[in-house]
Amino acid sequence: MSVLPADLSLPRAVAVVTPYTVPTALMDALQIVILVLVAAGATMVVLTRVPVRQVIALSAYGLLLALLFLAFQAPDVTLSQITVGAVVLPVLLLLTLSKVRKKEK
Amino acid sequence: MTPGLRRGLFLAGLAGFLAFYLWGLTGLPGFGHYPGPYGFIINSIAVGQTKATGVVSAVNFEYRGFDTVGEEFILFAAATGIATVLRHLRADEDETDSDGAAVLGEGASDTVRLAALLFTGPTVLLGWYLASHAQTSPSGGFQGGVVLATAFVLVYLGGDLVTFRRISPNDLVDSAGAVGAGGFAAVGLTALALGLPYLDNFLPLGAKPGAVSSSGTIALISFFVGIEVAAAFVLITSEFVRQTLAASARSGA
Repeated sequence: MSVLPADLSLPRAVAVVTPYTVPTALMDALQIVILVLVAAGATMVVLTRVPVRQVIALSAYGLLLALLFLAFQAPDVTLSQITVGAVVLPVLLLLTLSKVRKKEK
Repeated sequence: MTPGLRRGLFLAGLAGFLAFYLWGLTGLPGFGHYPGPYGFIINSIAVGQTKATGVVSAVNFEYRGFDTVGEEFILFAAATGIATVLRHLRADEDETDSDGAAVLGEGASDTVRLAALLFTGPTVLLGWYLASHAQTSPSGGFQGGVVLATAFVLVYLGGDLVTFRRISPNDLVDSAGAVGAGGFAAVGLTALALGLPYLDNFLPLGAKPGAVSSSGTIALISFFVGIEVAAAFVLITSEFVRQTLAASARSGA
């Protein structure tokens, strides 16, 4: 199973042509736009000072990160990021905030 | 140490770090230029070798399966740790099912309730699909598991705490997590018992790449990982929810 065929000559990058192939320039532009959006989103999260609002900003930022992973061809990481970064983590943080707030009352 | 000296030390360290960092950056391959060769090798042999068209899953559960066992147990240990600490903290408090449910249940607006209701079913379906199709798509047990856990979170967000607790009883969630994590390890041990390397793919691979029944242990491991991940995330959420509940009961809200 783990043994490579002896005559395997190391393959180089092969241009893969699929029905989904997108022009490189378009993909580059998309990646740059999303990188800028992620940088802006991270700044937005840091600059939001009210904890509850910050959690919502973090959730939106999580979705931006998911878009980033998708644009960089990692759909598997995208799926995890959407659920963990945009749903589960914000829910845990909101529950924690809720508990802290009740204690303060 | 005077502030001036401290600042000087910091700046010297910063300069050194920056110099090495920039030097390191110049040696990197260009953006988008992968130097290989492992990716190229995997890309050219993985489908033929494992009969899995989801090559990411083939890498996760086959070529580096042992690493993935480790990651699996990191999540398992983290969830167990959270449950141990939070259950201990809560041990002396009364369970306050109905009161607590009333307190937290009123918070959700009709819009949130409706959205949660509409999304719960499709989320379960998507999670199950992802966890059971690792071999044919870029998904897998982890993705499927977290999506399944999200369905439980949706039930809670819909404001129905009683239902959330009824569908995620401690015993069931705990044992599901143990079965998932143990199942992965057991697949590896079965290979050992058959005289093969740990986690070797001992099941028939199937003839046709891309069939749901193909890829042998890759699909089986992904299934176990899905159970374990869903259980771990439900456990963590559930413990956090109960913490909030205990706090609200104590304050008499």
